[in-house]
Amino acid sequence: MENLVALLIFLPFLLALFPALISNEKVRGLTVYIGGAIIAVCAVVTAFFWFADGGTMVFDLPGTEMIDHIILAGDFVLMFIIIWLSVKHHKTVISLLSIVQTALVVWAEKFGPKVSAGAHIRLDWLSFIMILIIGIIGVAIGVYAVGYMRGYQEHHRDVKDRRRFFFSMIFLFYGAMFGLVTSMNIIWLYFFWEITSVCSFLLIGYTGTKEAVDNSFRALWMNLLGGLAIAVAIVYAIYMEGTLNLYDIIENGKNMGVLVPVAMFAFAALTKSAQFPFSGWLLGAMVAPTPSSALLHSATMVKAGVYMLLRLSIAMNGNYVGQMVYIIGGFTFFAASLLAISQSDGKKVLAYSTISNLGLIAACAGVGFEETAWAAIFLIIFHAVSKSMLFQCVGAIENTTGSRDIEDMQGLAVRFPKLAFILMVGIAGMFLAPFGMLVSKWAALKAFVNAPSTLMVLFIVFGSSTTMFYWTKWFAKILGLHEKRGKDLTQMNEYISMYFHAALLILLCVSFPFLSKHVIEPLMVDMYGVSGAVITDGNIAIMVIMICAIFVVPCINYLLTKKVKDKPVIVYMGGANVGDNKNFIDSSGEEKELTVSNWYMTEWFGEKKIFRPSVAFGTLILVVFLCVIIGGAL
Amino acid sequence: MKTMHKSPWLLHYDGSSCNGCDIEVLACTTPVYDVERFGVVNTGNPMHADIFLVTGGINSQNEDVVKQIYSQMPDPKVVLAVGTCACTGGVFKECYNIKGGVDTVIPVDIYVPGCAARPESIIDGVVKAVSLFQRKHEEEEKKKNGRHRK
Amino acid sequence: MVEALWGRIGMMAAYAVFAPLIGGLLDGIDRKISARMQGRRGPCILQPFYDVAKLTKKQLLSVNKFQLLMVMSYLFFVMLSGALFFGGCDMLLCFFSLSTAAMFLILASTSTHSPFSTIGSHREMVQMMSYEPMVLLTAVGFYLATGTFRVMDVIRTDIPVIAYAPGFFVGFAFVLTIKFRKSPFDLSTTHHAHQEVVKGVTTEMVGIEYATTTVAEWYENVFLLGVVGLFFVTSNPWSYLVAALAVFAVYFIEILIDNTSARVKWQLMLKLAWGVTLVTGGLNLFILELI
Repeated sequence: MENLVALLIFLPFLLALFPALISNEKVRGLTVYIGGAIIAVCAVVTAFFWFADGGTMVFDLPGTEMIDHIILAGDFVLMFIIIWLSVKHHKTVISLLSIVQTALVVWAEKFGPKVSAGAHIRLDWLSFIMILIIGIIGVAIGVYAVGYMRGYQEHHRDVKDRRRFFFSMIFLFYGAMFGLVTSMNIIWLYFFWEITSVCSFLLIGYTGTKEAVDNSFRALWMNLLGGLAIAVAIVYAIYMEGTLNLYDIIENGKNMGVLVPVAMFAFAALTKSAQFPFSGWLLGAMVAPTPSSALLHSATMVKAGVYMLLRLSIAMNGNYVGQMVYIIGGFTFFAASLLAISQSDGKKVLAYSTISNLGLIAACAGVGFEETAWAAIFLIIFHAVSKSMLFQCVGAIENTTGSRDIEDMQGLAVRFPKLAFILMVGIAGMFLAPFGMLVSKWAALKAFVNAPSTLMVLFIVFGSSTTMFYWTKWFAKILGLHEKRGKDLTQMNEYISMYFHAALLILLCVSFPFLSKHVIEPLMVDMYGVSGAVITDGNIAIMVIMICAIFVVPCINYLLTKKVKDKPVIVYMGGANVGDNKNFIDSSGEEKELTVSNWYMTEWFGEKKIFRPSVAFGTLILVVFLCVIIGGAL
Repeated sequence: MKTMHKSPWLLHYDGSSCNGCDIEVLACTTPVYDVERFGVVNTGNPMHADIFLVTGGINSQNEDVVKQIYSQMPDPKVVLAVGTCACTGGVFKECYNIKGGVDTVIPVDIYVPGCAARPESIIDGVVKAVSLFQRKHEEEEKKKNGRHRK
Repeated sequence: MVEALWGRIGMMAAYAVFAPLIGGLLDGIDRKISARMQGRRGPCILQPFYDVAKLTKKQLLSVNKFQLLMVMSYLFFVMLSGALFFGGCDMLLCFFSLSTAAMFLILASTSTHSPFSTIGSHREMVQMMSYEPMVLLTAVGFYLATGTFRVMDVIRTDIPVIAYAPGFFVGFAFVLTIKFRKSPFDLSTTHHAHQEVVKGVTTEMVGIEYATTTVAEWYENVFLLGVVGLFFVTSNPWSYLVAALAVFAVYFIEILIDNTSARVKWQLMLKLAWGVTLVTGGLNLFILELI
């Protein structure tokens, strides 16, 4: 097992070298496929062996001491990279953040009291789920990226071809994420955390345009702020608690009320999961090529944040840290879904919906009840699959039609049925009745009613109504009428990845009761000692019926209506059509093309109106609670 | 089915007229005449309509519109020309742009004369149209059944 | 237990059979009362049935055949939500299923790419956004009053829910105006003066499609009135009489509002609906959670 986990974490770092060194496109693609396959197999095998053994495992990797040294050196390497790049782009101030935190960590580790860290690695149900998500979804995105980036470079001739760099970053990301979800030593955790920050920074800046560079630095400083918080937590843990073990910190937080490190970790997690006031970086990350958005939004990066929150959730139950997290989370859920209404850029809608969903997960984790944790884990799984699929699909649509604006997706179901199918499955997965998101919303609502928290119940009911709005209008756009059928430029491997996701999503929905019983409930027992299935078996049965119904009923109706005789007719436009559905005669007697557009209600829900107040509100909550927590500890 | 005539939905279209007949048609829906008691609903949508009630004559501009609206009505349907202009073109008949009555572009089933047509006679026309509507439906059914028997 | 299960299935079947009859009859009564309020005689009470019967007999014209399929799915999911409710299942599940149904209606109307139905469907979406919070909160209200979301357990309570949740009741009755498509909130499609934009969502629905939508609406109305009644139901059998009276009272008030108010813009509707939700539902929620 030790060797397997070591392989899982460090192999991706090694594999990252290959795409970086190989300049031939075909060979590089092949190495990415093979490397991805190896990683996926590693992840699945690790998960399988762990599952077969069962129970939490705590152990050290072979050569731990050497790895300790490497990590120490690694911290410095990361710091120098940040310093070099920020000086190069005249953003020297940002490097200060990195210098301070690295200094803090190294100083505390080398000169602080010696503490025995105990084992470094821990595998439990939560890591098991995360490993599978990263190993499967993450790798599928890598496969998609090979084809996508080829098309991307053909379309964007002005962008320098840095695909070698791009793919090695993706592999680094896998390794860092595996390390992050398995480490129990906080120095290790901090190192992997920093790698994800730096990798995402480099990926966002891929195109090298001014906008990309600015956005990448915004992502960097926000994430470094989180890193700084972890550094503070490390110092606190070493000096005040005498431990380097994340689980000791959580235990102390839960039983003895030592909240400062917990609050610091929670703060870091909030930055990483792009909650208000830190949502800006995830929106800025949209400038990067689609695979990196998919990677940041679904399987990795933001999931690191919510993973951390879930870990902490037992220590957050019923205290100020928990309140801070769930108020910010609940608020983000509502505010981001409002903002999504006013967006017509497909990727931006996805970005806001990611932020919004992460808000719900954060809120669930923050309350720290077993029901909400149950909901949060489901959300993580479903969100990872459907969001990854949606990003890939929007990317493919952009490559094919040259636009990712929702208004240009009119009648996609007629023009590109395959892409539209994937898009619809993804959207359905995000909000439609019996799918994953809804289950989680349901559980969250029940849990918050029990909590009890009026504010959170209100956030959820309002947030779910606005969520419904922006997904429905997108969904409706795809199904509209359109006459011509274009040429689909989507590459084979993009389709492989997307179909794989679609199949996975449907499988997850159908196997939902099984999943709940055999994966999530043991996890609950693991974390809380009791299993908290919120939704009874009877209701689960009904939901499975509904899932089937949502696929089957339209199909049956299709068969039923296939035979029905109808006479085609043009749409009603007050009798002024010019013989088809697209043109009409206007008041001056001229022919005019009809355009039908969705509502965006910018004067109500626009970014100008809502974004800044939301950031201000988030900051206020954060500052007030941190003051209370830290003030209370002093 | 024997109840088709209990639910005649109207589509009112105003061609080239002085609007006198339109006012009278609207008067039919007021409490004094209350045409809804026969189940009549004044829809603004050919897709929902059973009876196409046209007031005013046909000119070169509304010719296509009338044809198009007629084509967007599902069978069985009845066309009712209300007022002298709709029946023949009326006082506007000799104008340069007037084609004549409604029957110059679509088949008209029932003519309601009058300038302007009285609400009573409009209701009378509608009631006649309703029974024709029922008859058309029965004929359709018969035709369908006949086809089945073959 | 087995008997209870059969009882529940019986209720579901009864709903499937009788809901359209009751819904149609209520619609007929509505038209009669509205006519009387306006000083007219109005049509026969069975008029809605004649209308639907006629619609099924009309020729099917279609812009996009897809619409028929979607409308049928709409009917199915409305029936499902009502059946779950009368079968005593979880209320949140019923409401979620209902919003899925509403989505099929929207898909049906936008699939035609018609200007009028597209405007209508966007208004419908705004309507959904306006009433959805209160509808979900209502389920929460039942939970706080009785400790369960399951309808079959709610009806076993000894004190009617209305005693704990008057705020939720007022809020729910308010959004019912939107759900019933009554003026001033009949933005997406209306029952009277069927003109183009006003007819919105249903503009392109012909014959059987329109009939299906109408029947689905009847199912939905009966389900929603059932929720109204649930506020008054207790373990005492006489409470069903009270519930029935309350349902009629609410329905009458809706008709009265329909006939005495002018249609508003969506902005005002959204503001009003969310405001009322916050004030009535939110306040009631807060108080219930305090005690």
